[in-house]
Amino acid sequence: MSEEKWRRVDGRAWNELRPIKIESGVLPNADGSAYIEMGRNKIIVAVYGPREMHPKHLAKPDMAVLRCRYHMSPFSTHPRRSPGPSRRDTEIGMVMRYALEPAIFLERFPRATIDVYAEVLQADGGTRCASITAAAVALVDAGIPMRDLVAACAAGKIEGHIILDLNDHEDKYGEADVPVAYMPRLDRVTLLQMDGVLHPDELRRCIELAIEGCQHIYELQREALKRKYEEVVEEVKEGE
Amino acid sequence: MSAYFENRAIVVPGDILYEGRIRAGNNTYRMGGRVYATHIGLVEYGRGVVSVIALEAGYMPMVGDIVIGYVVDIDVGQWIVDINAPMNAILKVPDAMEVPFTPELVMTDFLDIGDTIVAKVVDLDRRRTPILSILGGELGKVDEGLIVEMTPSKVPRLIGKKGSMVSMILKETGCKLVIGENGRILIQCADREDEELIVNIIRKIEREAHTTGLTNRVHEYIMRMRGVRNE
Repeated sequence: MSEEKWRRVDGRAWNELRPIKIESGVLPNADGSAYIEMGRNKIIVAVYGPREMHPKHLAKPDMAVLRCRYHMSPFSTHPRRSPGPSRRDTEIGMVMRYALEPAIFLERFPRATIDVYAEVLQADGGTRCASITAAAVALVDAGIPMRDLVAACAAGKIEGHIILDLNDHEDKYGEADVPVAYMPRLDRVTLLQMDGVLHPDELRRCIELAIEGCQHIYELQREALKRKYEEVVEEVKEGE
Repeated sequence: MSAYFENRAIVVPGDILYEGRIRAGNNTYRMGGRVYATHIGLVEYGRGVVSVIALEAGYMPMVGDIVIGYVVDIDVGQWIVDINAPMNAILKVPDAMEVPFTPELVMTDFLDIGDTIVAKVVDLDRRRTPILSILGGELGKVDEGLIVEMTPSKVPRLIGKKGSMVSMILKETGCKLVIGENGRILIQCADREDEELIVNIIRKIEREAHTTGLTNRVHEYIMRMRGVRNE
């Protein structure tokens, strides 16, 4: 079958992202927040800070500390998962931190902390990438100085086909999964993981494809951030 | 040498604002001959400088700022004050009262945890911790009123050009306002309804900070709300 006609389990083409909806400033009590729907993934991210670090001994004298908590709600998967943080949650919190740290001017806030909380309400594969995407929007909404946005998305391989933005089924039954986080304006990759087996050439193609996906997601992040303000401008114009 | 956006367009972090020789102003950074934005905001190309008026930004204490803070802790000879900044501020006894510090002094009699103060940032110490003072005219402990918080970067909008916005609000409502540069605003009105009106005005200013003709719209808004109330 030709690459054009081949369709995936959910009917997407090999290089097609799932439908994405991003909204910024959804939580009034957080300093910054964002909500993302990426296919059937639903994630809410809250950002607090920069604020005093407690306990104090964790603070760094020359820069702020970024703390990320990734958590999947018990009802986010089928069957229901245990509500406590798992080994996987801890790991994803760490990779989120690694992916976001290069984008933030942490050195401007010595001894302070910036806390990012990602809560997965519904999961369908690729939640770490969606969390990073939403966290970047939430950080901007919190007014934290950033070098660039961070967009993230995965590429992988199933039945010998290289594909973009794997869903849960493709992640489980595919041959490989390559999540990539990327700063589009600075052209820097901030997260690169690989799960599965790929030929070096295939890995290269996966990374290139994931970066293309990130660039598309970046445009959606920009739109989401600006929408909040453009709506007000239009409302004001209508009122006149 | 070129600008990438129209003046006052909305930009997000990472947007390239300018390429070439220019000074990187507020909320921007320079890398490899280009100037990038660090905050979401409105880009402003001035004479030899490019800057971003941030729509979302936290408060960074500067000497001379008037801030509204909450006492969160007491140490030997000093109070620790939350001023909505990345670090807590310190209020030392000599900056709080005229009488000298003696071992007999009970600090909680003067200011206790949970108290609200209007203070001035008089210094930043070696660790850049803000040092406050409550000696002077409008400063001191707050006993009554309502405090609302807004995005600190939008406080200049509430004040307006040469105080035009705030003086208009004060004239129309007859209330007392203390505007903290840290985004906390103390409202003291004779009547509860006026306080609520001012809270709504502040919310409106915060929401529409990036639009033009705001003072006139706020004036219309006050008139309209007055009309509704008098019916």
